[in-house]
Amino acid sequence: MTENRLKSHHEPLIHITKRDDVGLGKSMLIHFVGILIALVISAVLIWTITGSNPLQIFKSMYEGVVGTSIANSGINKKYMESVHIMAMLLCISLAVTPAFKMKFWNIGAEGQVLMGCLASAYCMIEFGGKVNDTVLLLIMVVLSVLVGALWALIPAVCKAFWSTNETLFTLMMNYVSMTLVSYFIMVKDRSGRSDLGIINERTEYGYLPEFLGRDYLSNILIVAAVVVFMFIYLKYSKQGYEISVVGESENTAKYIGINVKKVILRTVAISGAICGLVGFMIIAGDKHSIKPSIVGGQGFTAIMVSWMAKFNPLLMIPVAMLIVFLSVGSKFATSAFRIDNSIGDILTAIVIFSIIACEFFTRYKINFRGVKKGGKS
Amino acid sequence: MNSNVAIELRGITKTFGNVVANKNVDLVVNRGEILSILGENGSGKTTLMNMISGIYYPDSGQIFIDGNEVVIRSPKDAFDYKIGMIHQHFKLVDIFSATENIILGLKKDGKFDIKAATQKVREISEKYGFDIDPVKKIHEMSVSEKQTVEIIKVLYRGADILILDEPTAVLTPQEAEKLFAVLRRMRDDGKAIIIITHKLHEVLSLSDKVAVLRKGEYIGTINTADATESSLTEMMVGKKIELNIERSEPVNTQDRLIIKDLKCVNREGVTVLDDINFTARSGEILGIAGIAGSGQRELLEAIAGLQKIQQGEIEYHNPKTGLVENLKDKTPIQIRELGVRLSFVPEDRLGMGLVGNMDIVDNMMLRSYTKGKSLFLEKKGPKDLANHIIDELEVVTPSANTPVRRLSGGNVQKVLVGREIAASPTVLMAAYPVRGLDINSSYTIYNLLNEQKQKGVAVIFVGEDLDVLIELCDRILVIGSGQITGFVDSRHTTKEEIGLLMTKSHGGEQND
Repeated sequence: MTENRLKSHHEPLIHITKRDDVGLGKSMLIHFVGILIALVISAVLIWTITGSNPLQIFKSMYEGVVGTSIANSGINKKYMESVHIMAMLLCISLAVTPAFKMKFWNIGAEGQVLMGCLASAYCMIEFGGKVNDTVLLLIMVVLSVLVGALWALIPAVCKAFWSTNETLFTLMMNYVSMTLVSYFIMVKDRSGRSDLGIINERTEYGYLPEFLGRDYLSNILIVAAVVVFMFIYLKYSKQGYEISVVGESENTAKYIGINVKKVILRTVAISGAICGLVGFMIIAGDKHSIKPSIVGGQGFTAIMVSWMAKFNPLLMIPVAMLIVFLSVGSKFATSAFRIDNSIGDILTAIVIFSIIACEFFTRYKINFRGVKKGGKS
Repeated sequence: MNSNVAIELRGITKTFGNVVANKNVDLVVNRGEILSILGENGSGKTTLMNMISGIYYPDSGQIFIDGNEVVIRSPKDAFDYKIGMIHQHFKLVDIFSATENIILGLKKDGKFDIKAATQKVREISEKYGFDIDPVKKIHEMSVSEKQTVEIIKVLYRGADILILDEPTAVLTPQEAEKLFAVLRRMRDDGKAIIIITHKLHEVLSLSDKVAVLRKGEYIGTINTADATESSLTEMMVGKKIELNIERSEPVNTQDRLIIKDLKCVNREGVTVLDDINFTARSGEILGIAGIAGSGQRELLEAIAGLQKIQQGEIEYHNPKTGLVENLKDKTPIQIRELGVRLSFVPEDRLGMGLVGNMDIVDNMMLRSYTKGKSLFLEKKGPKDLANHIIDELEVVTPSANTPVRRLSGGNVQKVLVGREIAASPTVLMAAYPVRGLDINSSYTIYNLLNEQKQKGVAVIFVGEDLDVLIELCDRILVIGSGQITGFVDSRHTTKEEIGLLMTKSHGGEQND
């Protein structure tokens, strides 16, 4: 009765087993090799598709980010610009992190930042020149932070009280905020343009002053303060501890008597408030203008930064640096070499993909057929 | 080679990371024989069986079936070799009937003939003496009926090597006896049967041979006829162990917690507790027995302020002030603020009592972090407590900064019980506190509970092992389907009496 049912099988070619926790050194080595492989793949791709010398392109990327200082002045505008872009991305990443640690998937940072921008722009137009400029800046900060927090609280309230899905909700809120900004522009400027141009260009009301004569330095310092705050808040404060407990296990939180609803609302409000602060910095310290696309997708990129850094505020600094290096550098290089700028996106994707793939190799080991360990006695 | 050998393992090794689950295991199972695989939790019993049934793939070693070396890469391969495993957690579709579940996933040419299948299920049932209705839906079945469906499923597919993973864990003593009768009939029919268990008396009454595993290593196989409880324990643990629980007479008991007419309804609107009345006294251990899921969890959670109460009262008699506090509709924090020192060791240790990803120090903080006005965490107290518990209860851990999920089950439980006792409670509730623990750790926990009892704590112990309940507790409350079905003095009761009370349908006739 046993036809060929009992045909013998081969041992599987590869099988995957879990490995011990790898040490920091080995983990860094794996990531280093990962990035190296990514660069080699990118180089081959660039060479086959565009025919340009990949090394030249990498060099050009580096120049595009770091720039060259203007002779004798010591001021390197491009460098500061890159650091500023990095700082904004970092700050949004920090903003989404407390919510993420609580497993509240806030993917509405883009909209929360934009609402902060809107609040600041509104103040600049409405109160510019009517109040003392310091007072104006204060009003702008407070209102931006409040609006950002409130915008984030809408989905949080629904989640806390009616268990709605926060991922979809926060995502949709992004589009609502963009439409609101379009509407605002239409009301303020009936000429039909898609942005308002530079607000208070002549008077500079509501402009964040330069610090030590450097562009963007005020913004960068604010972000540095947020980094320190967030690191301490998450690691050493009681509220940070509550966030971890709620995120790890809601049942445990209830068991020890944490008011889970309260923690959800408070944490998401903080998340939104920092997004609002970023909005203020974009308007008052950089763009001085508003349009629906002003955040430029950084609210989404920040989600990736937060995850790749495993929600560690300090690790987010190198991750944000890498991502900004890739995006700014590739933009510069592709225009310098007159190649399609999609190449830059492809390059970025390859590097990020390989870093994420490294996670797999830090957790699992691959065993090949024939290589057996542990003999039989 | 003996032609009667159904399956033979040689030098099987399996590791998960740095954990060696099985190391060089050899095993022989004959046809017409029941083999018990005995070992403490974490000794690698289930891992070994999962390799035979194709769920895991061994790192090294060989498997022979009927004398031929085979490679089992998937459950389908195992099925081709006529190996059938009945898992601890059933894999059945609730809204399908028994027959539909049994034929689910079977590849067959031609027409789908449910009538013939039902007939075949009936034949198998009659042959081995199963008690099953093939057209009954799974969601209408009791746990033991569901298990029967799982067993028939593998028989239907022609399995002649059967593996059962802790089959009696969910059964009452009476249901277990019925299962054993069926297994004996299958053995007499020439099937090879492997049962995984850690209950010694089952091994002795059911199996022909016992294979013992300890910490992943194969210790040996002996004939059951030559074994005794203490010789088996010695093989399992590696040293002689006293299996006695010292029960002292309760002294100076006072009413501590009085539950009156308690009724709870869950989210789906189903009544999970009804008409519950009892008193827990200081200086005694009150046992709660019942089939898993009869309302034990809800009862403890209602007392702890985690379960909404429909009606009834929970009165706490404060020994310090003499005041009576009603705990109904209070949150855990409000209960603590009333000065009620209530400690609770929940059933779900890593999902409720502790946070698996946090280290021991941070887990100590769960109970104490709110203390003080500072915005920041105070780590010294919890750190001292963590080190104290590690020393006192001999917790095996690399350090106090190791995430608790990396500890073994017994050590996790020591951390949790240690923390709850450190709060010097007046009421201590523990749900299945020794589930999954090895013998040594179990006795550590029993001793801790006894110590608390002698200190005058009112201890409430929800257990599943009736022998332990009878040995450890002073009084035992039996609940079935959310109602009290009996209240016995454990000094004058038997396992059989409690087993009957557990299955007694609720409503109406109650003893005494």
